[in-house]
Amino acid sequence: MSEMDVHKLTGAYALDALDELERARFEQHLAQCDDCRAEVAELRETAALLADTVAVPPPASLRDSVLAGISQVRPLAPEVPASPTRHATRPAARGRAWMPFLVAAALALIVGVGALVMQPWAPSEEVERLTAAEQVLQAPDAEEVFVDLGEAGRATVVRSKSQDRAVITTEDMVSAPSGKDYELWFIEGDEFVSAGLMPDAPDQTVVLDGSAAAAAAVGITVEPDGGSKQPTSDPIAVFDLTEAT
Amino acid sequence: MDHVRPVPDGAPEGAPSGGDAARGDAAHLADLLRQAARGDEAAFAAFYDATSARAYGLALRVVRNPAHAEEVTQEAYLDAWRSSTRYDADRGSAAGWLLTIVHRKAVDRVRSVEAATARDETWNREAAPTDHDQTAETAHASLDAARVRGAVATLTDVQRQAVELTYFGGYTHTEVATLLDVPLGTAKTRIRDGLIRLRDLMGVAS
Repeated sequence: MSEMDVHKLTGAYALDALDELERARFEQHLAQCDDCRAEVAELRETAALLADTVAVPPPASLRDSVLAGISQVRPLAPEVPASPTRHATRPAARGRAWMPFLVAAALALIVGVGALVMQPWAPSEEVERLTAAEQVLQAPDAEEVFVDLGEAGRATVVRSKSQDRAVITTEDMVSAPSGKDYELWFIEGDEFVSAGLMPDAPDQTVVLDGSAAAAAAVGITVEPDGGSKQPTSDPIAVFDLTEAT
Repeated sequence: MDHVRPVPDGAPEGAPSGGDAARGDAAHLADLLRQAARGDEAAFAAFYDATSARAYGLALRVVRNPAHAEEVTQEAYLDAWRSSTRYDADRGSAAGWLLTIVHRKAVDRVRSVEAATARDETWNREAAPTDHDQTAETAHASLDAARVRGAVATLTDVQRQAVELTYFGGYTHTEVATLLDVPLGTAKTRIRDGLIRLRDLMGVAS
């Protein structure tokens, strides 16, 4: 996508009309483009005016539910200068404190912390994980499938049936959109079995969770932070292991 | 409107500048959110009362199913409450901030696999008729709505359809290109052109 084209995505972005990959890429652009940030803010404000034309009073019960809900939730602590957050380490998130969705994403992260520490790629297991990845990559029956995601990066899945494991290696992979994670899946026919979340890093090697020997394919989807039990969107990449070499 | 009050010269940037009433309304809503950020539930209730018809109406228009629209609206308000400390009036109006959250959640809902099968394809069907026992909010909104409709009417057909299919239909710009039978890439330009025209007509400035 050329520079000129990127700027023209402000309108579609403001209306949530980009697919997940385009959104992730555009958010990276936004972090560096003051003009686009200002335009997105104006166009979002404009779009919100359209809601005036479809206003419908909600049922009274909704008010009760909302007010009962907030009484059990404490507002987030305000952002304090120099307060480190996980998002500060995400390239796509730099300089985006102005975005309401960064706030939403931060919320989701707080909720998702419990799940995060249970992930197999916690730092203490780093050594074991790399070893497991090497075992798969060096297995005599290792077979690999490469997928080029264009500007979103490149990824290779290597599967060893004898090891019953699969590994994904990424290069220059764009960050998942704010508030979202990449989730890996083993695909057998219509069945998607979660193989864990991908950490948010452009270049990495990750061992997929679970049994790989019978999988026909591996897929990546974009899911709400913390992942989903079943995919909630179409895969952004499918690695067809029946075509593996 | 009894909650309108004079606004000092430094009105929030990015707030709609559609006359003093709209600016006073925007400043009032921003105040309510600031109070909510300090834990003031009554202020948040007032914020809800002033915005819920727009929030629910938008969710309903996008997701169609009233029960889903209620869930989306409730999730959005809970997010707004939790993140009220992060709202910055210098970066946009409180209503715009809320409705951005509502829209994102509504679009996520219709794009999820489960909801996709249930989505009503007749995107241009009108949402449920507005309750005639209007709240103060909807009475006020209907004045604004007339202005917005007037501005929308000046768009070209393709601009208007592209904006409505994305904002109310929840479709991506590539899906809109297919629906409107225009080349890929044209839809995103029409969406942007249409929004910029509305922005200029409605006097939204940053």
